[in-house]
Amino acid sequence: MEEMDRDEIITLDYGSGGLKTSRLIQSVLVPALRNPALEELGDGAVLENRGSPLVFSTDSFVVSPWRFPGGDIGKLAVCGTVNDICMAGGEPLYLSLACIIEEGFSMEDFRQVVRSIGETARLAGVQVVTGDTKVVERGKGDGLYINTSGVGFRRKECASPGFSPRAMRPGDDVIVSGTVGCHGAAVMMARGDLPCQGPLRSDCMPLHRLSAAVLQAGAGGVRLMRDPTRGGVATTLNEFVEGTPLSIELEEDIPVEPAVEAACELLGLDPLYCACEGRLLAVCAHESTPAVLEALRSTEGGEKAAVIGRVTEERPGRVVLRTALGGSRILEKLAGAQLPRIC
Amino acid sequence: MLSEREFRRPYGAEKLLKRIESLCRGKGPIRFMEICGTHTMAIAKAGLRAVLPGNLRLVSGPGCPVCVTPSGAIDEILRLSGEKGLMIASYGDLLRVPGSRPGDTLARRKALGARVQTVYSPMEALALAEENPALQVVFLGVGFETTAPGTAACVLEARERGLGNFSLLCLLKRTEPALRALIAAPDFAVDGFLCPGHVAAVTGAGAFSFLPREFGLPAVVSGFEPADLVYSVCRLADMLARREPALENEYTRLVGWEGNLPALKAVEEVFRPVSSLWRGLGEIGESGYGLKEEFAPWDAARRFGFSERRGAEPPGCRCGQVIRGVCSPEQCPLFGGACTPSDPVGPCMVSGEGACAAAYRYGRA
Repeated sequence: MEEMDRDEIITLDYGSGGLKTSRLIQSVLVPALRNPALEELGDGAVLENRGSPLVFSTDSFVVSPWRFPGGDIGKLAVCGTVNDICMAGGEPLYLSLACIIEEGFSMEDFRQVVRSIGETARLAGVQVVTGDTKVVERGKGDGLYINTSGVGFRRKECASPGFSPRAMRPGDDVIVSGTVGCHGAAVMMARGDLPCQGPLRSDCMPLHRLSAAVLQAGAGGVRLMRDPTRGGVATTLNEFVEGTPLSIELEEDIPVEPAVEAACELLGLDPLYCACEGRLLAVCAHESTPAVLEALRSTEGGEKAAVIGRVTEERPGRVVLRTALGGSRILEKLAGAQLPRIC
Repeated sequence: MLSEREFRRPYGAEKLLKRIESLCRGKGPIRFMEICGTHTMAIAKAGLRAVLPGNLRLVSGPGCPVCVTPSGAIDEILRLSGEKGLMIASYGDLLRVPGSRPGDTLARRKALGARVQTVYSPMEALALAEENPALQVVFLGVGFETTAPGTAACVLEARERGLGNFSLLCLLKRTEPALRALIAAPDFAVDGFLCPGHVAAVTGAGAFSFLPREFGLPAVVSGFEPADLVYSVCRLADMLARREPALENEYTRLVGWEGNLPALKAVEEVFRPVSSLWRGLGEIGESGYGLKEEFAPWDAARRFGFSERRGAEPPGCRCGQVIRGVCSPEQCPLFGGACTPSDPVGPCMVSGEGACAAAYRYGRA
């Protein structure tokens, strides 16, 4: 096996957001760039800044096709970074925008992407304040790639250093802000990979209102938040408990749109591993749950929020799903690319 | 008719599980085998094994199409992928199956520049051939009676459109000869079969009547939801306890006795039974589908000189025994250590329908 390791190459699996992505981060990137802010490996980095810590994050977007039901690469590029800042407890303020455009991309399509970036930025209350564009030869890109970076101030509600996986306690609840897997399934449908059409729409949306609602209602009882993008809910929850003495136990009735479930069944996919781009997962103290749920449900985009599981000590480091038959099974991190190029 | 969702709610499952418990009480070890990869996954996903009595074991048989494809065939496919002017169109599962050299897969060849496209149906491969007239597009046809009709329709369509740059590498397998070979093996120890609902939707439930008639083995054609599975296992246990083996069709909402006649007609028009090599089972007469003489122009094996020879299995890999149900995934020394879904050694760990992948992903709670 050693021999294989030496001529190892980067395959699509390394971009799946699952196990191989973690391996790339842990064994190649972190050792070379080590520092305390990076090592937290949160959605965004929290940087000390006299009085009011900054939250800083970046994300790149290579989704194919660039337009899909419920959004396009522009909307996704704003939501992705805005949401990462929100999940790290920040209030997003400013974005940078970098576009790598393939020669031959239609100007009208590019205008549309930029319009969509503008609309989503206004919706999320952020401004695009700096940027860059590069054009590459035909065949050297796939239409359009976008990178956004963003900064914001850390919200007062999560000023305590406990806002991280280390803050979780047995008995805490796991909450999801809506149905899962819509984005992954909708992009799959738009790729034309499915031989059928359906009412699938991406859930892509900025999470600034929902995350603010969670933090305000949670009154210090919110342990951490994350948006389950690549690798889906199952992979994100694994990241919560990895290397901790805690486990997360899920019930089987996690909210999934019937159309998503049907599409997944057809393709042999599991909605729990499909990306969401407008959902958040929050772990909060059991006493805070009713207020957090109420706050989510009365905010646009959070109407279907539900408690999907709890934190226990039964299977340290594991995510376990109780099945309707009374059995149980372990949910692993995503092993390889389930859906190519979804964000 | 009840929707598929209704079968997901295990109405009455508790009662059925109690009945299974009482039917198995005081008996020696009982083994039922499922021979469909989708069943393997569904059983693991529902957590069914954990709620069955201790002396009743569900074992997985040769039901995962990718798993039964021998490593020699994968080696040949990898060789093909290196040919100039050729594009491979394949179902996604096959991309991560290593050949006899560890780590060498279509996914790796693709990352290094080979033309490999994932498709969800053979018709997409036809479209690829039309879009790329300068390339030879080879579709890797794997699967059982379920995928055979779609593959046959695709070959008929290629002939209709006069597509000269499309061909089929036919690795399709037939269920019945493999089951007969499995039963004839000296280490066969199975007391009943959960028969594949999807295969039966094509062949008709009647295709499995040889199990009770010739071998005295109870058999139930089953659906894939928890309620289907619990009921089917209960029926098997009941027939076994009464010593009244028969074939029952639980999946009546989809499966008839005679099968899908237009689908069977297409298969008969295009294919003929040929001897075929199975991982774990070896060469079995009439266990594969080969293209009939008149479709030779679309036969990738003839066009590119494909020889389905025996290849070396990766060292330590027990997929061959896992496929026959004589070794459980956990009994393989590589399971969960050297062989995991992200770095698979054998095919049973690759495919979503493989026994090892199911055991790894779902079975260890």
